[in-house]
Amino acid sequence: MDAIIRYLKSLMLLELAQGAGVTLKYFFSPKFTINYPEEKTPKSPRFRGLHALRRYPNGEERCIACKLCEAVCPALAITIDSTLREDGTRRTTRYEIDLFKCIYCGFCEESCPVDSIVETDIHEFHFEYRGEHIMTKEKLLAVGDRFEESIAANRRQDAAYR
Amino acid sequence: METMPMTFMDQLLYMVILLAKILLIVVPLILAVAYYTYMERKVIGYMQIRRGPNRIGPLGLFQPFADVFKLLLKEIVIPENANKFLFLLAPVLSLAPAFAAWAVVPFDDWAVVADIDAGLLYILAMSSLGVYGLIIAGWASNSKYAFLGALRSSAQMVSYEVAMGFALVGVLILAGSLNLREIVLAQQGGVLDWFWLPLLPLFGIYVISGVAETNRAPFDVAEGESEIVAGFHVEYAGAGFAIFFLAEYANMILISALTSIFFAGGWLSPFEGLPLIGDTFLGEGSMVWFFAKTVFFMYLFLWWRATFPRYRYDQIMRLGWKVFVPITIVWVLVAAVISVFGLITRGS
Repeated sequence: MDAIIRYLKSLMLLELAQGAGVTLKYFFSPKFTINYPEEKTPKSPRFRGLHALRRYPNGEERCIACKLCEAVCPALAITIDSTLREDGTRRTTRYEIDLFKCIYCGFCEESCPVDSIVETDIHEFHFEYRGEHIMTKEKLLAVGDRFEESIAANRRQDAAYR
Repeated sequence: METMPMTFMDQLLYMVILLAKILLIVVPLILAVAYYTYMERKVIGYMQIRRGPNRIGPLGLFQPFADVFKLLLKEIVIPENANKFLFLLAPVLSLAPAFAAWAVVPFDDWAVVADIDAGLLYILAMSSLGVYGLIIAGWASNSKYAFLGALRSSAQMVSYEVAMGFALVGVLILAGSLNLREIVLAQQGGVLDWFWLPLLPLFGIYVISGVAETNRAPFDVAEGESEIVAGFHVEYAGAGFAIFFLAEYANMILISALTSIFFAGGWLSPFEGLPLIGDTFLGEGSMVWFFAKTVFFMYLFLWWRATFPRYRYDQIMRLGWKVFVPITIVWVLVAAVISVFGLITRGS
């Protein structure tokens, strides 16, 4: 008897109709897709993307060439040379980050005593030529100058938890 | 046809009018195929909570053209040791019947290219011919995967043709005609007089066999990606692939159109004969109803593709031979009883 009922049930295609109902429900449900270049998902202020070197409001670069970031970098991506500037402060002559080596762990940012090296929330960047992946001091400072506002805003927002 | 000898000008005019009619069907059909692919991607995308193509043109509406031009500009690769003649003939052989069958499809009471009395037989013949293109493609490719795919899909198409033919026998008995236009006219009188109701099992079987016949999911073992890549057309690239694609989608649209003619009253309005609404323009039969019904069945194809997992090959064969054929035979008898005892009123 059970077998007959089961057979009739399968003939009625009830389970198939049930499945079709599920897909029909999703057909009308709101879509998850974000239209990427036009719309973007929100990013955390702690997002670790492209690096930048910051300056003080008076235009002086923050980095004092303490080399803590170079020491802490687990991927050995940071290379620093320093010298004594005319005014007697210690400054970097070379500050390079190899973005191919970098694992974006954020240790450099954490170790920095003057909040100079930071990781911005920029994740959309690319290289077109060989060698461009080495971020020199000038490039890093340029990134810092350009995005100082958002960098500062993100730090402010997260300051209570650092 | 009149036996009067036609002058040359008459013949020329006849040819021109015939060509115009053919173009009037084929060009919209190709456009319909293009937008069917778009619809497929959109519908399946929506069912998977995605948006589907929306980059090219507003709402992605130019996507089909981008696809077509991409395919046409691609290199045509002919495999080594393939039978060149047959290899190039196969796509044409599968496309031609898919288009030719449209000659007898009535879009409206007056809109049909060839209003012949053996319309249904012609349709059956044409849909059977499509198998040849497929077998030849599989054989001429000189590839084991293409060959296995061709065997699978041809066996499947041949088996389901049986159930499909039997389902149509029921329609024939009730309509009493092989002429597609008269089959539609026999269903006059509103939604409940259409043949889907007295022939409900046959209706279901016809639609499902139609899906199997066109090798669409969930019966698309012919293109089981994990085993035989893409079935009989693995070796085709560019234009050849595009033509197979065109044939497959034209067949799907054809099956949808035929389903609406045989079981859903063709161009007849569902509100026909109802009080109030039946007297307005909504109650009149028109091409719009025909297209609406066809699009509905086309949507079913996509809906099922988005829903059901692929059947195993032996299950497909079991379903075709051990379930569909017996049911259709029984229901053909029921249809005969209905017809003999006049249990339904036949329109006109």
